[in-house]
Amino acid sequence: MKVRVHVSLKNGVLDPQGRAIQHSLEGLGFSGVSDVRAGRLIELEVDDSVTDQALDEMCRKLLANMVIENYRVERVAA
Amino acid sequence: MSGFRSAVVTFPGSNCDRDMAVALEKVSGSAPFRVWHGDAELPERLDFIALPGGFSYGDYLRSGAMAARSPIMRAVIEAAGRGVPVLGVCNGFQVLTEAGLLPGALMRNAGIRFVCREVPLIVENSQSLFTSGYDRGQRIVVPVAHHDGNYFADAATLDRLEGEGRVAFRYAEEVNGSARAIAGVLNDTGNVLGMMPHPERAIEPAHGGTDGRALFESAVKGLVGA
Repeated sequence: MKVRVHVSLKNGVLDPQGRAIQHSLEGLGFSGVSDVRAGRLIELEVDDSVTDQALDEMCRKLLANMVIENYRVERVAA
Repeated sequence: MSGFRSAVVTFPGSNCDRDMAVALEKVSGSAPFRVWHGDAELPERLDFIALPGGFSYGDYLRSGAMAARSPIMRAVIEAAGRGVPVLGVCNGFQVLTEAGLLPGALMRNAGIRFVCREVPLIVENSQSLFTSGYDRGQRIVVPVAHHDGNYFADAATLDRLEGEGRVAFRYAEEVNGSARAIAGVLNDTGNVLGMMPHPERAIEPAHGGTDGRALFESAVKGLVGA
């Protein structure tokens, strides 16, 4: 089974990369983009036996840095 | 001053490990043990552990994230818990935050760019094991070279760090967007220091400055006197 882990910066954490992307979009002539936040998508291929709790632990222990990031786990039907 | 037992940890992608080892040897008179990330144990009776700068594991996932979970770090965390002094410089600082030995996180520099130059620092705490060779408020010049040195912690954590005197060094000018211009922080027991600037690159006149030397002298003196 495929699992997608979406990692994003917490609200209030400044995202210099997002800001640079926003400026680049403006430079390309796209208007109306008021904010950009860059995150990370991690795809895992896991056995069906891997529990939600184990996935949660993977996120907390490694995939996300809980000081600055949030995560969301999404199981994707094969 | 023989008998100072220190160790420098090398991760795949470390690149300041040799400089760190040279600095420790020049100041203490004893060559440090060189330890590999995959080792499960540290040498016995260590007086000092250094995590050097570099780009461990290619900065994959987050700077320091993979190194913080490598086998040797279990031993480093255990040693830190026993009170063994641990210094993390640059990538070593990132590893210490990722390992949970220091609070906060080091994010991409606010200006996006890699910053590589000498910067002025203010010594905020001159009572620690690492900083007793400086005066409080002293201005020193030490090089930085990093892309992810933008220190972040929530306001409550920052207040606590400041209240407990755990901000060791502050930038005296804008460098990377760090919260409250923090350049180096101590753990709550004062035996773990993480800092982005490179004191090991400023220990003899040929480096262009010697302001980093007192940090190593402080640590060596503190332990020999203990």
